[in-house]
Amino acid sequence: MPGLEDLYREIILDHYRSPRNRGELPAPPATRVEGFNPLCGDEIVIFLTVANGIVEDIRIGGQGCSISQSSASMMSAAVKDKTFDEVLRLTNAFKAMMSIHVGGDEHTDAPPDADVKLGDLEALRGVVKFPVRIKCATLSWNTLAQAIDEATATKDP
Amino acid sequence: MSDGLDVAAVKADFPILDREVHGGRLIYLDSANTSQKPRAVLDAMAHYYANSNANVHRGTYLIAEEATNALEGARAKVARFIGAPASREVVFTKNATESLNLVAKAWGRAHLRAGDVVVLTELEHHANIVPWHQLHDELGIELRWLPITADGHLDLTDLDQIVAGAKVVSFAATSNVLGTMLPVRRLVDAAHHAGAIAVVDASQHVPHAATNVAAWGADFVAFTGHKMLGPTGIGVLWGTSEILEATPPFLSGGEMILNVTKEGFTTNEIPWKFEAGTPPIAEAVGLGAAVDYLEGLGMDAVREHEVSLTGYALRTLAERFGDDICVHGPADESERGGVMSFTFKDLHPHDLTQVFDQHGVCVRAGHHCAKPLMRVLGVAATARASLYVYNDEADVDALADAIAAAAEFFSFSGPPR
Ligand SMILES: Cc1ncc(COP(=O)(O)O)c(C=O)c1O
Repeated sequence: MPGLEDLYREIILDHYRSPRNRGELPAPPATRVEGFNPLCGDEIVIFLTVANGIVEDIRIGGQGCSISQSSASMMSAAVKDKTFDEVLRLTNAFKAMMSIHVGGDEHTDAPPDADVKLGDLEALRGVVKFPVRIKCATLSWNTLAQAIDEATATKDP
Repeated sequence: MSDGLDVAAVKADFPILDREVHGGRLIYLDSANTSQKPRAVLDAMAHYYANSNANVHRGTYLIAEEATNALEGARAKVARFIGAPASREVVFTKNATESLNLVAKAWGRAHLRAGDVVVLTELEHHANIVPWHQLHDELGIELRWLPITADGHLDLTDLDQIVAGAKVVSFAATSNVLGTMLPVRRLVDAAHHAGAIAVVDASQHVPHAATNVAAWGADFVAFTGHKMLGPTGIGVLWGTSEILEATPPFLSGGEMILNVTKEGFTTNEIPWKFEAGTPPIAEAVGLGAAVDYLEGLGMDAVREHEVSLTGYALRTLAERFGDDICVHGPADESERGGVMSFTFKDLHPHDLTQVFDQHGVCVRAGHHCAKPLMRVLGVAATARASLYVYNDEADVDALADAIAAAAEFFSFSGPPR
C-alpha cells in the first residue's frame, strides 16, 4: 500500500510552502491563461512572455492543493529560459512519468527521451500511485502548453 | 441511545461497513455524495432478477406481470413516502439531474420565452443551474439569484422583489454544501404569489427528513435514489397532475406512446409519457426496498438521530480544533442537515482528505458541484463530511482523529500568502 510519504515528498512540501515565480505579469504584453481542474475546483493562472522561441518569463497565480501548486512551482523554475522544443520534451517526459502517453498509441509510442532531466520534478513520481491526484500534477503543464500556443499565435503575423 | 435509532443494529444491515480499508474499519462520511445500501435493498434487487425479471407493460405471461407489479408497486411506495396525492404523479428518471433537466427542457421549452425570469438561489447544485443556463442561451430567459447570508442561511430580505414577475422559482430544500434547510413552504408561497411555478430540488432532503410534497405545495419536486439507500440509476420527478399533463414528453420512443402512425404519435398518459424506453426496473425495486427500510426506521427518528449527531460533531470539532477549523453553514444543528463543509487552517481539502483516506475515513473534497456557492463563500474547495443513519459518535471521533493526524503530518504554518 502506498503511504503518504510516497506522495508528499519533502521537496514537494517545500515548493508548496515557498512557491517559486508566484505572482503576475502585466498582460498584455504577457499572455494570461487560466486552467481548471473540474474535479476539485483548483484554478491556475499562468502569465507568460516569450521571445525568439524561448520562455522569457513566467508567473503563477491561482489556488490549489499541495500537488498542483508544487508541480506548478517546479515547472516554472524548470521552463524559464528554455526553448519551446525543450519545454515540449520536458512536458512529455513529465507526462510519461505520470503514465500519460503523449501523441500516439499507448502501446507503440516511443519511450520518452532518456536524456531529459526532470530534476526536482522527479519528486512527483509518487503521484502515479494516487491516480485521482494525477490531474492535480498535470494541470499546470496543460495550461502552460495552452499559454505557449496562445503566445506564439499572437506573435506570428 | 438517546435518540430513537439503534445505530449498531443499523450498521449491521450494511454489508460494506464490515469492509476493511488500509488495515482498519471503513468510516463512511460521504452519504451526501451517495449513501451505502442495506442488505434489504441488495436482496430485493437480486430477488427480482432471480425470480421475476421480464420487461414491463408488455408481456401477458406471469413473470412479466410480476415485473410490472414490482415497478408500479415501487412507484406507489415512493408516492406514499413523499405524500404524493397520486402514484401517477411520480415519474421515474435516471437521477435528480435528469429530473431537473426534464423540468427545464420539457416544461421550460414549452412555457418559457425570451425575457422570462427564473429565480435560483446561490446555494444550488450545478444540476439546478446548468439546465437553466442552457435555456438562457437557447431561449433568452433571465436568471435571478436569491443571496445567502454570512451564516449560510437564505437571505429572504428582498424575496418578494426578487421573485416578482418570475415564471419559475427553483431551489434546493437542503444545501448539499452547507446543510442549510431552506424554508420550502415560504418560498413556494412567494413563487405562487408572484405567479411562478415552484421547483424543489429535494435530493438532500428526502433521504433525511419526512417529506410531504403536498404540504409543501410545490409544482415539481426532484430527488435521486442513490442518496436515500437505493441503487444508482434511478431518480424521481414528482409533479402535480396538472403540471405533468401540461408538460410535453422529454425523451421519446417506446413506452411513452399510445399510438404511432407514419404521420405521427399520441403520447401515453402520465407518468408513462415521461418514461421512454425500458425503465430501470430492478432499480425501482431497490428504491422501493429502500423506502421500506427508511419507513421501518421512521423518518422522524432518522432526522432526530442526524440532528443529535450533527450537534455532537459540531461540538467535537469546535472543542478539539477551535479557530483552526471553519465549519460553513448554520451553527445551530436544528436548522441544518448532517452535511458539514469545512476548511482547516491553510490546508487544501484535497490534502486533508488524502490523509483521511489512510485512516479509512471517506470524506469528499472539492467544490461539490456548487461553484457559484464556493465563490460566494470565498473558497475554491472544502472538505465535506456528511452523516446518515449508520453513522455514530465513534465515526465522528474518527474524523476528528484524522483531522488531527493531517494537522500533524503537515505540521507547518501553511503556504505563505
Ligand atoms: C442538491 C443536489 N441536487 C442534485 C444532485 C444531483 O444528483 P444526481 O447526481 O443523482 O443526479 C445532488 C447530488 O449530487 C445534490 O446534492
